[in-house]
Amino acid sequence: MNLEVILRAGLSTGTILIFAAIGEIFAERSGVMNLGVEGMMLIGAMAAFKVSYVTQNAWLGLLAGILAGGILSLAHGLVVISLQADQTVSGLSLTFLGTGLALVIGEGLTGLNTPTIPTVTLPLLSKIPFIGLIFFTDFNLLVYVGYLLIPLSWYFIFKTRPGMHLRAVGEKPSAADSLGISVYGTRYLYTFIGGCLAGLAGATISIAISPGWYSNLTTSGQGWIAIALVIFARWNPYTAALGGYFFGMLRRFTLDLQGPAMILGLRNPFFYDHNLVFFLQMVPFALTIVALVWGSGAARRNRRGTPAALGIPYVRGERGL
Amino acid sequence: MKFPYKIKFESRTNDVPKWLPLATSLGAVVVAFIISGIVLWLIGGNPFQVYRYFFTASFGSWGAFSDILVKATPLILIGLGCSVAFKMNILNIGAEGQFYIGAFFASMVVLVPIIPLDSPKWLVLTLMALMGILGGALYGFIPGFLKAVFNVNEIITTLMLNYIAIFWNNYWIFGKYSDAGFQMTPTFDKVAWLPRLADLAKDYPFFSGITLHLGVVFGLVAAVLIWVILKRSRWGYEIALIGDNPKAANYAGINIKKNIILVMMLSGALAGLAGMSEVTGVVHRLQERISTNYGFSGVIVAWLAKLNPFAVIPVAILFGALIVAGREIQPSGLSFMIQGTILFLVISSDVFLRYKVRIVRTHQEEMA
Repeated sequence: MNLEVILRAGLSTGTILIFAAIGEIFAERSGVMNLGVEGMMLIGAMAAFKVSYVTQNAWLGLLAGILAGGILSLAHGLVVISLQADQTVSGLSLTFLGTGLALVIGEGLTGLNTPTIPTVTLPLLSKIPFIGLIFFTDFNLLVYVGYLLIPLSWYFIFKTRPGMHLRAVGEKPSAADSLGISVYGTRYLYTFIGGCLAGLAGATISIAISPGWYSNLTTSGQGWIAIALVIFARWNPYTAALGGYFFGMLRRFTLDLQGPAMILGLRNPFFYDHNLVFFLQMVPFALTIVALVWGSGAARRNRRGTPAALGIPYVRGERGL
Repeated sequence: MKFPYKIKFESRTNDVPKWLPLATSLGAVVVAFIISGIVLWLIGGNPFQVYRYFFTASFGSWGAFSDILVKATPLILIGLGCSVAFKMNILNIGAEGQFYIGAFFASMVVLVPIIPLDSPKWLVLTLMALMGILGGALYGFIPGFLKAVFNVNEIITTLMLNYIAIFWNNYWIFGKYSDAGFQMTPTFDKVAWLPRLADLAKDYPFFSGITLHLGVVFGLVAAVLIWVILKRSRWGYEIALIGDNPKAANYAGINIKKNIILVMMLSGALAGLAGMSEVTGVVHRLQERISTNYGFSGVIVAWLAKLNPFAVIPVAILFGALIVAGREIQPSGLSFMIQGTILFLVISSDVFLRYKVRIVRTHQEEMA
C-alpha cells in the first residue's frame, strides 16, 4: 500500500466520475434532472469501443462515445422538455433504454482489443518536484482534460454571460423567458452537453482508463455515484471534482487493502478471510448514501446551490416559477 | 414559407376516456417491438425470424408457458410493490436488493437452521415466507427512513442498497454457507421446497415436468390484497392523496413521513416475498444471480400496468415471456432493450393522457 499509488489511481479513475458529474451539473443547472447518466455512460462506452475497434482509430471512437451519450440525452430532453413528462421517471427509463441498446449493439465486443487514447507525460509541468510526478506524469490524456474541465466549467457557469443565462433558466425560467432567453433551447442544449459528457465518461472507461467492453459491468453503478456527487457538491464543479477524485482513491484503497498480511502491526482480516472483501466492495456504495444524507442536510440548512426550477417543466404562460 | 401544419397540445378539461390508458400501454408495447426490430435490422439481424422464435420459445408449449408463469411470479409481487410506492410518488428502485435480502432471510430458516428440519412442511414454509417478508420490509425501511427524516433521494439510496445487498449475499454464499467452495449454498432439504404442479405427476401425468409452483398463488393473493388496500381502505386513500397532492394531504392531517416509511416497507416486503418464493420454488438454494433483473423489470411492469394491481398480472406474464425468450435468443440484451424502450414509450405516451394532441393548420392558429 503506497500513498502515491493510491493518489495517482484516484486522479485516474476519478476522471470518469468527474466528466459524468460535471455533465449532470450543466443539465441540472438548466433545470433538467437527468437520472439516465448510467445509461448514457454505458452507451458512450459501447459506442467508443465499437467505433474504435471498427475504424482502428481511438479518436473517432472518442467522438462516437461523446455523440452517443449526447444523442441519447436528447430522447430525455424531448420527453421532459417538450412533452413535460416526469423527469425522474424519464431519466430512469433512459438508463434502461441506454443499457438495453448498449447490450444489443455491443454484442460480441467482449474480449476484443482496440486502440486506446494515449498516455502522456506533460512537458515542463512534470518537471516540478513531487507534484510533477504525482499529477503530470504518465496519465491518460483524458485525465488532463479533466483537470482543465473543472476550472473551465466553474468559470463558465459562474462568470460568463451564457453561464448566467444557464443559471437563470434553472432558477426562474419565466424571468429568463421574459428577457428573451429561450428556455427550451437552453434546456435542450445543456441536456445535450450533459449527455455528451456522460458519453465521454463512458468512453474514458472503455477506451482509455480501463479499456474493454464488459457489458453492463463496464460502468458498474458509477453513473449513479456521479449523480449523488452532484447533490453532495451542491451543483459546484470544484466540490464535485474533489468528491470524484476521492471516490477514485477509495476504489484503489479498498483494492490495496487486500494485499498485505499485516497493517500497522495488526493482522489484516481482509488478507486472512478473503470473503470479507465483499464488505470492502460495499464501501463506495455505502459512502454514496452517506454523502447523500450529508448533501440533503446541507440542502435543508440553506437552499444555496439547488437550482430552484430543478425538475419542474416549464410551460409558457402558466403560473409557476 | 411556413409549414402549414403544426402539432398543438391542449390541456384536457374533461376526464380521460376509460380506454385510453389501456390503448397507450398497448401502443407502447407494439411500438417498442417495432423500434427494437428496426435496431435489430440495422445491426444486421432478421427481426421477423427473431420474433417468431421469440413467440415459439415462450408460448409454444405448456412447459414453456409454465416457465413464463414461473418467471412472472416474482414480477407480479415486485410489480405490485412498485405500484404501491409509485402511487405515492416514492420511486422504489430497490426491489432487486429487497428481493436478495428477502431470499437471504428466508434461506436462513433452513441454513442456520432456525427451526428443526423435521418440522412439518407448512410450518417451515410459513416461517420462510414470514422471514422473506421481514427481510424485504427491513431493507425497505432504510431508504424510507432516510427519505422521511433527511429527505434523501430514494432512487439513489435504493439503487446503492441493491449493490450492497448483492455483496452481502455473496459474503455468505462464498463463505460460511458455501457448498464445498462453490458460490452457492447446498440444496435445501425437501421440506423447504414450495409445492410444484410436477409433484402431482404421479396422479396426473399431464403435469409431469411442469415447474409452476405455489409462489404464483402468493402473487395472485397479493394482487387482491393490494387492490383492497389501494381502492377500498383509508390507508389507500391516504397513499393516493399524498401521491397526488402532498400539500393537501399535509393540511388534511395525514402523517406523510410515517406513510413514506410504511409504504417503503410494504413495497420491500412484497419484493422480499418474491425472493423467498424464488429460492423455495425455483432454485432451492441461495446462490448468485437468483434474479434476472426482476427488480428493474418490476419497475417497468408497474408503470406499464398504470399502477393497477390487476393489470400487473397480465403485464408480468408478458415480461415473463420476454425473459424466457431472452434466455434463448441472440443478441441476449434484446429483451432488456425492449423493456427499456417500452418504459420510455409509456412515459412519453402519458402526454396523450394529459393533453389532447391535435394537428392544426397554422393559419387557423393565427386567426384564433
